[in-house]
Amino acid sequence: MGSHYESPIRKPLVTGNKSYGDVTVDIARAVENPPNKQWFLAFGIALAAFLWGLGCIIYTVSTGIGVWGLNKTVGWAWDITNFVWWVGIGHAGTLISAVLLLFRQKWRMAINRSAEAMTIFSVIQAGLFPIIHMGRPWLAYWVLPIPNTYGSLWVNFNSPLLWDVFAISTYLSVSLVFWWTGLLPDFAMIRDRAIKPFQKKIYSLLSFGWSGRAKDWQRFEEVSLVLAGLATPLVLSVHTIVSFDFATSIIPGWHTTIFPPYFVAGAIFSGFAMVNTLLIIMRKVSRLENYITIQHIELMNIVIMITGSIVGVAYITELFIAWYSGVEYEQYAFLNRATGPYWWAYWAMMTCNVFSPQLMWFKKLRTSIMFSFIISIVVNIGMWFERFVIIVTSLHRDYLPSSWTMFSPTVYDIGIFIGTIGFFFVLFLLYARTFPVIAQAEVKSILKTSGDKFKNTHTNG
Amino acid sequence: MDEKLIHAVYDDDDVLLSAVKELRNAKYQIKDVFTPFPVHGLDEALGLRGTRLAVTAFLYGILGFSVAVAMIYFIMIVDWPQNIGGKPSFSFMENLPAFVPVIFEMTVFFAAHLMVITFYLRSKLWPFKSPENPIPSTTDDKFLMQVIVKGDEDKLNNMLTKTGAVELSMHKNESE
Repeated sequence: MGSHYESPIRKPLVTGNKSYGDVTVDIARAVENPPNKQWFLAFGIALAAFLWGLGCIIYTVSTGIGVWGLNKTVGWAWDITNFVWWVGIGHAGTLISAVLLLFRQKWRMAINRSAEAMTIFSVIQAGLFPIIHMGRPWLAYWVLPIPNTYGSLWVNFNSPLLWDVFAISTYLSVSLVFWWTGLLPDFAMIRDRAIKPFQKKIYSLLSFGWSGRAKDWQRFEEVSLVLAGLATPLVLSVHTIVSFDFATSIIPGWHTTIFPPYFVAGAIFSGFAMVNTLLIIMRKVSRLENYITIQHIELMNIVIMITGSIVGVAYITELFIAWYSGVEYEQYAFLNRATGPYWWAYWAMMTCNVFSPQLMWFKKLRTSIMFSFIISIVVNIGMWFERFVIIVTSLHRDYLPSSWTMFSPTVYDIGIFIGTIGFFFVLFLLYARTFPVIAQAEVKSILKTSGDKFKNTHTNG
Repeated sequence: MDEKLIHAVYDDDDVLLSAVKELRNAKYQIKDVFTPFPVHGLDEALGLRGTRLAVTAFLYGILGFSVAVAMIYFIMIVDWPQNIGGKPSFSFMENLPAFVPVIFEMTVFFAAHLMVITFYLRSKLWPFKSPENPIPSTTDDKFLMQVIVKGDEDKLNNMLTKTGAVELSMHKNESE
């Protein structure tokens, strides 16, 4: 058993004296048993929010974008704020499953499945906003380079907005495939345990007939590794390209070269916070505390702390460069952000994103579940404000003081945003009861090195 | 051919791995092994050849790169050259920096999707495909080895029991 040795300094990643069979039972439990009352309550609220949002979308599309609070000065506001916010949240999933796979971080295995699910669901929300903003969403396929009846009318490959189309669609589809490939063995596990014929049929369909042959596993591992290698630059490219939407324009406050790394760090920051929000609840409800341990939450808090610090450095660099550049428009844009009429948004962003994660330096706080949960929500509020600050405060006072104005959202702006939060939770709550929420095949493969049952026998014997 | 096949079930990956090595040393032919999770070293112990899926991903990536370059060259330079922001698209090389993002995304798109499709086809995985693991518990906590019976059946049975098999059963070998 020497090959399974791991230093006793490393805390076990799976606690509760679990055997292979126990892992199967624990992961299948949420799928095989009916959800409780709280699930239905949460699902009901999410569904109501989704339906309200759907109503607002239908009204917006049938009436026109004029129902939003946009005006001639602020032409981009909540729609793009929400788009960037959701895309950013999506980044944690790929980061956990791909980057941590390349770094051989075993703690990813308990959280990668749900983090990837979160990625896919939030990128879906993100994709809705540009499509709604088109005004005529049924023509959304016009963003694709397809031959048409207007002669040589093509999309413009110089445009960052078109790069977004390629980046987001590649990201969504590759994440989906990565997620599904990892799911096959776990769907197969549920299929082979299913008693009801209907359930068996569904999971048989979903598992693509996975049988677990030695050759299949060899290919599976290779495919996972190569996909991780491809997804790592992909995830970094996606938020880089999103930041190009702003950085390639010549608006003061947007036209900065720091945007790509700053946006990527912010994306990881908000994504890990969202993973914490979701998993802190899920580990309790689905009784997965032995798999998603305090150690997992602590490690995620450390990532939040580091990326929060990077974001903080980026904010300060932006201010410094604005002053140092000597460009008065740039200087005014940043002065206006911090002290202008939107000062409250700027300082909300600073408090939530720069100050609050610094509390994670205290071990007592970063291992507290309640505190982690609160910070995870605070961070996502802060990251929403970050995008709002970048977008609206850079626009609302442009070169002509006569066109200076404020932006106020209408009930449809708010409704669509709330609706996407509802849609996200509808998808995630359904996922939590029908999908194996932990990559159980992967967890089993590290059980002998990192499970407390086996670790204790190594240390004692 | 009327060959017989023994299904030997194990309940531990290390026991299985040593059993595989022992049987292969004794020149028995193992048809297949079904496991609930990737057992490290099993492919080597079985003498499986390395997979070339990573190579296919590289080739698909080159394909994606070429398709993207050809597409953008045709659209932006040949078919509809425009003067955008005083930067006319007359030559591909001078406009290349603006094309890098899409070329990169398409490279990843082709490499990832075509590799996964190749994997699904090679391993025969698709919706409505029925599973082929002989007993359902090989996706839970059991490991199953299929050994082709050669020579003395009892001797093989004894050997398998000695390697730690918890269950043995006889089957006909149906070749695929």
